[in-house]
Amino acid sequence: MRIKPTGIALLAMLLCAAGPSRAQEDLPVRNCTWCHGSSAQGFSTAPRIAGQQPHYLVQQLLAFKDHSRDNPTSAQYMWGATARLSPERASEFAAYFAALPAEPASDGNSALVEAGRVLYEQGAAQSEVAACVVCHGPNAQGFEAIPRLGGLSYGYLKSRLAQWSQGFHASAFPMPQVATSLSPEEVEALASYLSFLR
Amino acid sequence: MRLKIPVTVLCAVSLALAFTAAGAARQRVWRVAAESGFESKADYCKTCHGLSGEGYRGYYPMPRLAGQQPRYIENQLRAFIERRRVNPVMFNVAHALSPGMLAALTQYFHQLNPPPIGGAAGGNVGLGRTIYEEGLPEANIAACSACHGPEAKGYEEIPRLAGQLYPYTVKALSGWTRERGQGGAGKSDASAIMVPTTHNLNAAQISALAAYLSTLR
Repeated sequence: MRIKPTGIALLAMLLCAAGPSRAQEDLPVRNCTWCHGSSAQGFSTAPRIAGQQPHYLVQQLLAFKDHSRDNPTSAQYMWGATARLSPERASEFAAYFAALPAEPASDGNSALVEAGRVLYEQGAAQSEVAACVVCHGPNAQGFEAIPRLGGLSYGYLKSRLAQWSQGFHASAFPMPQVATSLSPEEVEALASYLSFLR
Repeated sequence: MRLKIPVTVLCAVSLALAFTAAGAARQRVWRVAAESGFESKADYCKTCHGLSGEGYRGYYPMPRLAGQQPRYIENQLRAFIERRRVNPVMFNVAHALSPGMLAALTQYFHQLNPPPIGGAAGGNVGLGRTIYEEGLPEANIAACSACHGPEAKGYEEIPRLAGQLYPYTVKALSGWTRERGQGGAGKSDASAIMVPTTHNLNAAQISALAAYLSTLR
């Protein structure tokens, strides 16, 4: 049987395109997927990290490590997980998870999606709510160290906003201010809208 | 009679109670423009424009307001309101400002003076300085300093450029009429001069200028 060169080329391309550049066996991702799910889509309080902005992932891993991200859930689960994490390793994890495909949680209140979208894109100047779109992007895809919000779970988004308005993670400018300006109804609408975004 | 309450229900109830109590104690301020003071409005601007008005690099770049000419900010806010400068987010924001609040805010940001954010990777600062200070006569490019001042601090309605964010300056110079000068003939503003001024700049020159300006204090 003669193997055509094009066949080999195709096979090589497929192998290269298949997944992250680093072999899965080298990077101990099981330490993460215990809680974040085998395909990193998130589980319970652990958010989806698949498809997240890599700079953001690195920044948060280091924020867990230096305890600046100090809300109770983070303290309980992530401080220990990152206690011996080097910045290099954090970058490797971030690159790995950022490249994984992400599915939207779609677990918000679909009746509030339109109200959430308006808030996301326009803010609410009367109550001094900034438009999320200017930092997080038109499809909530994020930018550099600003996280992708699209498709994160409704419960997780709500809890993050609650934590900032309670004074946790005060260094995460401008989120403490943003979270404080939102009413509970606005939080519901935003979290619902974002949970459906692909 | 003994009530058998499942543990899960007990947990849910106690959590709910805890959050309600926390909510009452939590300082949630829902600000309304009519009642809000100057401070909360300034804080609102700073949410996007930076804690000291130094600007912020989000998905879109939010420009530096610190040290900006008050007349310029005022003109821009009015242009946003009248949709002569098209920006949906700023329209909503500016719309809610009373004239007195507008004036107070412009003065406030004018006197802020944080160092520039910088971070303009790979820009040709030397070329930028040349263009800024001397122009490129052979390419029909005027020296920006002629209007914007030798230190790029601006004057009256001519904006300060010193310390402006690199991506913001690039965006502005690359497509001046994309956002500005809208609203039809007879409704142009002072910035119309920038149309011919930027017309001859190529991408490399824009990048160089933006990089140079982003370094200025």
